[in-house]
Amino acid sequence: MRIMAILRKELRQLSRDRLTGGMIVGMPLLQLILFGYAINTDVRDLRTGVVDMSGTQLSRQVTADLAVSQVMDLVMQAETPEQLTAALRRGEISLGVFLPRDFDRRVIQRDRPAGQILVDGTDPTITSVANQLRQFPIRFDSQARPGGSAGPAASFEVRTYFNPERRSAVNVVPGLLGTILTMTMVMFTAVAIVREKERGNMELLITTPISRGELMVGKILPYILIGLVQVALILAVARWVFQVPFVGSLLDIYLAAMLFILANLTLGLMISTFVGTQFQAMQLAFFVFLPSILLSGFMFPFDGMPRLAQWIAEILPLTHFLRLVRGVMLRGAELSELGPDLLALAVFAAVTLTLAILRFSKRLD
Amino acid sequence: MTATAVIQARGLTRQFGQLTAVDRLDLDVPPGQIYGFLGPNGSGKSTTIRMLCGLLTPTRGDAQVLGFDVIREPEQVKRRIGYMTQRFSLYGDLNPVENLQFMAEVQALPGSERRRRVDQLLERFHLADLRTQRAGTMSGGQRQRLALAAATLHQPSLLFLDEPTSAVDPKSRRDFWEFLFQLTETGTTILVSTHYMDEAERCHRLAIIERGVKVADGPPADLAAGIPYAVVEVMTGQGADARSLLQSRREIASVTQLGLRFRVLVDRSVTQPVELVRQVLAGEGVSGEVSLSAASLEDVFVAVTQKEQAGS
Ligand SMILES: Nc1ncnc2c1ncn2[C@@H]1O[C@H](COP(=O)(O)OP(=O)(O)OP(=O)(O)O)[C@@H](O)[C@H]1O
Ligand SMILES: [Mg+2]
Repeated sequence: MRIMAILRKELRQLSRDRLTGGMIVGMPLLQLILFGYAINTDVRDLRTGVVDMSGTQLSRQVTADLAVSQVMDLVMQAETPEQLTAALRRGEISLGVFLPRDFDRRVIQRDRPAGQILVDGTDPTITSVANQLRQFPIRFDSQARPGGSAGPAASFEVRTYFNPERRSAVNVVPGLLGTILTMTMVMFTAVAIVREKERGNMELLITTPISRGELMVGKILPYILIGLVQVALILAVARWVFQVPFVGSLLDIYLAAMLFILANLTLGLMISTFVGTQFQAMQLAFFVFLPSILLSGFMFPFDGMPRLAQWIAEILPLTHFLRLVRGVMLRGAELSELGPDLLALAVFAAVTLTLAILRFSKRLD
Repeated sequence: MTATAVIQARGLTRQFGQLTAVDRLDLDVPPGQIYGFLGPNGSGKSTTIRMLCGLLTPTRGDAQVLGFDVIREPEQVKRRIGYMTQRFSLYGDLNPVENLQFMAEVQALPGSERRRRVDQLLERFHLADLRTQRAGTMSGGQRQRLALAAATLHQPSLLFLDEPTSAVDPKSRRDFWEFLFQLTETGTTILVSTHYMDEAERCHRLAIIERGVKVADGPPADLAAGIPYAVVEVMTGQGADARSLLQSRREIASVTQLGLRFRVLVDRSVTQPVELVRQVLAGEGVSGEVSLSAASLEDVFVAVTQKEQAGS
């Protein structure tokens, strides 16, 4: 079996290539740990500025309570809300607490939020922390409650600056699974073919009876295995280190991932037929990677994108994989309910593989 | 001979943009012989071999290899030939056994035969001691033996060897040629490119290529006998004077210095070439020993390339 010959040879070479071997394990781990900062909501000592316009005993009490909560580190006392937003913009503080002139009255009447917390929304971690602060209890020691006894507790209003869409931490893991696979898988097959061209191995290989299909499929199979290893690694870290809940079936997640891996590998093969050097292959892989990150719904919500961007996104495997894995992992959907996205990935893989085989030439010219 | 030719090319031409790398090449390679391709760098040896292997499409002309058309049936050709590329093209991170096993599988040798054949080749090409050494760390000569082993793995009846002995010491080269002659004894035809004269001398037949054009073709001895020049050897201490004097004569096609000796190609129209050279030198007071010599392949090479330049 020629396919098995290629498969065995690829795996053998990989096992000897320490750098690539290290990347296979190291890259997903590193990415996850780096992003884990975003996933980890247990954040402390955010630099905070305070504007207390009321200056009452109650407002000073609330400020002191916030300071001892360990979430905030009060680094700035401002005079006006404008100073607060300016400091926020300059990045000097991540949170701003605004207590209005009528703070006491608002706490008592509870008709409007008692105060505001201004949030630097560019950092999702901070956003999620601020959302928890919404529930920060405001004790009002003088017991007078003219407005009745059963009203809701006084609370803060949270204003997110710069990033009105608040992403939940859990959402990051499926997205990360998809982006890491895109980043590694496309590159693997693109480079695996081009490296042989560069090193001169291809000239010998295409002078043997091996068929184009055998060569292409033989190049894909080993990397499916490697992709699944990466998936297992990422899921394990997500589950045990970051406590991301898996609502749906693990088997479904793996099946979706396998199809997605295949689509990326065949895309890599197709890329390899357009380029002559590993450097070009990487550039082209990156050219695919960027729109995947931006348009797939990993960065920005899909529904908010312009129509054209959505059309482009529908071509990208990552878009469909994100829908699949979010559906299965977070909403507990069954794969059978997500047919269109499965079909899209399968068609993408079939088309790119066919193109790769047709475009690959057993000639040098 | 044409009827049984293993390789037959007619007007084979390959252009890269403006450059004509191979120009209207006619080739007839008889079976069971070593056919040499002699030519300097960039003369089109590799390009020709690639066209004959079905790897490059000729711009014009056609070629039959083992009875198959290289343009229309390249896969039939590839199935039946062995090809040793100019650059080492096995895997540097695999050892000889793994490389040969891989090639055996790709060549679809039956499973039972594979291991036996690999062992046999390792033995035959003196690679048995290097079984576990990665090809990338082997010496040039060892790599070259491994590449030849890989090319002969499936026992093809026709072998293309593209400068197999560049970067290999003379002893290893001699050993390598022993292998080649052993292969021809079993009926294998070998087309080998080289730019070493001593190797060209050992071929049954030889084509000399110069800038894409075949300028000579035949058994080395015939080529030497057939040049339109007499070879006169001059031994002198006054090298610079002798050279300029001789070069100024129209009857003298070329002067090549080898230490204290000069090899002078005198046109065959001169009936007394030795006398002519003596007179030319004595006339200006240059002393030296002058004698007639047999043409070597080196002289053939100089002669045919000389003719090319004169003609162009
Ligand atoms: N793929 C290509 N694209 C453009 N030009 C090429 C290509 N391949 C070869 N050439 C040119 O064709 C000419 C012949 O090259 P070729 O490799 O056949 O020479 P060669 O006789 O094998 O030389 P060497 O002894 O250096 O190996 C050279 O001028 C080379 O630059
Ligand atoms: Mg060459």
